Amino acid sequence: MARTLLDKVWEAHTVRTLPSGQTQLLIGLHLIHEVTTPQAFQMLKELKLTVRMPERTFGTLDHIIPTADQTRPYADPLAEDMAAHMYKNTKEFGLPLFDMASGRQGIVHVIGPELGLSQPGMTIACGDSHTSTHGAVGAIAFGIGTTQVRDVLATQCLAMAKPKLRQVRVDGALAKGVYAKDVILAIIGTLGVKGGVGYAYEYAGPIIERMTMEERLTVCNMSIEGGARCGYVNPDATTIEYLRGRPYTPAGAAFDRAAAWWKTMATEPGAKFDDVARLDGAAIEPVVTWGINPGMSVGVSQRIPSPDSQPEPERPTFHEALAHMGFEAGQPIKGAKIDVAFVGSCTNGRLSDLRIAAEVAKKGKVAKHVRALIVPGSQQVARAAEAEGLHEIFQAAGFQWRKAGCSMCLGMNDDKLQGREMSASSSNRNFIGRQGSPTGRTLLMSPAMVAAAAITGVVTDVREILR
Amino acid sequence: MSTNFKRRQVSGRGIPLPGNDIDTDRIIPARFLKAVTFEGMGEHAFEDARKQNPEHPFNQKAYQGASVLVVGQNFGCGSSREHAPQALMRWGIRAIVGGSFGEIFFGNCVMLGIPCLVASQADVEWLQKAIARAPQQPVTVDVETQEVRFGDRIIKATVSDGPRNQLVGGTWDSTAVLLEAGAAIEATARRLPYVVGY
Ligand code: SF4
Repeated sequence: MARTLLDKVWEAHTVRTLPSGQTQLLIGLHLIHEVTTPQAFQMLKELKLTVRMPERTFGTLDHIIPTADQTRPYADPLAEDMAAHMYKNTKEFGLPLFDMASGRQGIVHVIGPELGLSQPGMTIACGDSHTSTHGAVGAIAFGIGTTQVRDVLATQCLAMAKPKLRQVRVDGALAKGVYAKDVILAIIGTLGVKGGVGYAYEYAGPIIERMTMEERLTVCNMSIEGGARCGYVNPDATTIEYLRGRPYTPAGAAFDRAAAWWKTMATEPGAKFDDVARLDGAAIEPVVTWGINPGMSVGVSQRIPSPDSQPEPERPTFHEALAHMGFEAGQPIKGAKIDVAFVGSCTNGRLSDLRIAAEVAKKGKVAKHVRALIVPGSQQVARAAEAEGLHEIFQAAGFQWRKAGCSMCLGMNDDKLQGREMSASSSNRNFIGRQGSPTGRTLLMSPAMVAAAAITGVVTDVREILR
Repeated sequence: MSTNFKRRQVSGRGIPLPGNDIDTDRIIPARFLKAVTFEGMGEHAFEDARKQNPEHPFNQKAYQGASVLVVGQNFGCGSSREHAPQALMRWGIRAIVGGSFGEIFFGNCVMLGIPCLVASQADVEWLQKAIARAPQQPVTVDVETQEVRFGDRIIKATVSDGPRNQLVGGTWDSTAVLLEAGAAIEATARRLPYVVGY
């Protein structure tokens, strides 16, 4: 019987079936960062356990680090404390840490693929829900909680139930000005924020197949926002070329052997899925969220829907969203005034994202009332962007050029919304309070759309600027 | 494994929290993640929501000391932060009944020995209202028989076999269970081309 990538990866990593019926699954790559690990290391010490496979664990600093002045000790004593724990714990347990001095520091989901750590056919875990990102290279990658981080540290395994599999096919071709971010926002808008619960998503179809690796990373990143614990794209020529020559991928003849194995892990033709969903990619226009979860979105030319158009149980959340955002049902999203523009995060903080944003930034200057931040996803992204002069384009247009980190995606550092500020953001979550202010408001959109909003000061159809 | 790990049933006063899609950012705002221990996390459960709404159930006197949380659909969606169930647990929550749960949140709860049971929309709403009317009356969440009892009413509330067995059998302390595999872990790793070298 034809098998899926999920079947093959699951089988290859099964240690045993647990009495609970779950699988004891070996984790091939464990990525750690400063926020969800200190408690796990603490528990490990209390249990007098060591890290089972230290060579399969890699750390970085991303969530709390300042993106303006990174000299230590950090101005925020709590951030300094978290960083210090990360240094101490990785040293004590003999784990590599990509810190500022390494030149490889960055958001955990940016550096994994970038360094070639994340590879097809692997199982990957990290104490962070956007671990789904790494599925773009053809891995089964999921976010875990801190106690599970302890499990992976201590046993290199997780107790997991195998998810069902839904193939999400995006057919047709994307229009100009429509990007991977719009595709995933459209998928979530269609299938809902809980549509993927219990499922892994296999993204397929001509649009996904034509995507670059960076675009696929954007799509897989937000699987979790659609409720799916993980999402992946089958490894193909794009995957192999992306991984060639990366610091942690094999070199020479070993690379060819690796590539041959990677290809064998892809879903076979005729494989069965528990469900198949189809989207017409040609119908997708630039998407903007208007509400308080990533499923509450509309095309930029559309109007904010009325709660009455929703099934009864959804209506209270809709009313709450309208009240929080200060929007009226029926209002066009285009023209909504913004105060802050943020390009960055593990969704859209890669070089191609910055290139697109820079292309738009060239067309104007940041509106007077807007504070605009560009935060590269990693030191490598920052260096590559600077080599191309992107930072100068941004600065000339009035954007702030920052150092790599999670930054305003979740506002755990100084980059926060103030009060009710409205943010146009290339990140992945528009939850109430997400960007650092309990009353702050977030509009999710593609980096091109964020840059367009930055220069016009309002939600704008980027296609009108790029025309 | 000692018997106190077994979560056959949880009994205590209830606290209703109406609303769907309550994400983990709402349960514990990100700024409280800047801590290297989970201690004190309970005080910050729903902090922003509580500040904005003095009527928030977690603010109400009647519900202080409650241990069974009753929620709507998709509770605990969003960020994987274990700080969310930790905050609830440290506030005093021992079991959750709801319409549905975010998957990572659900898993994190199991790992803390907090059962999350799924009931129908109608039953959840009934239970929330019933608790609001009689906050002193205990709610019993029976994990083993998959039902919730309140007064003389019994509602069906399910939890899938795997986690139920872990909770009832007291094997939700996953590290101990996983370690039992012993050398089979390394043996599995040695079968993987990327571990041994392509
Ligand atoms: S960029 Fe945002 S979503 Fe991504 S890892 Fe950092 S905080 Fe999480």
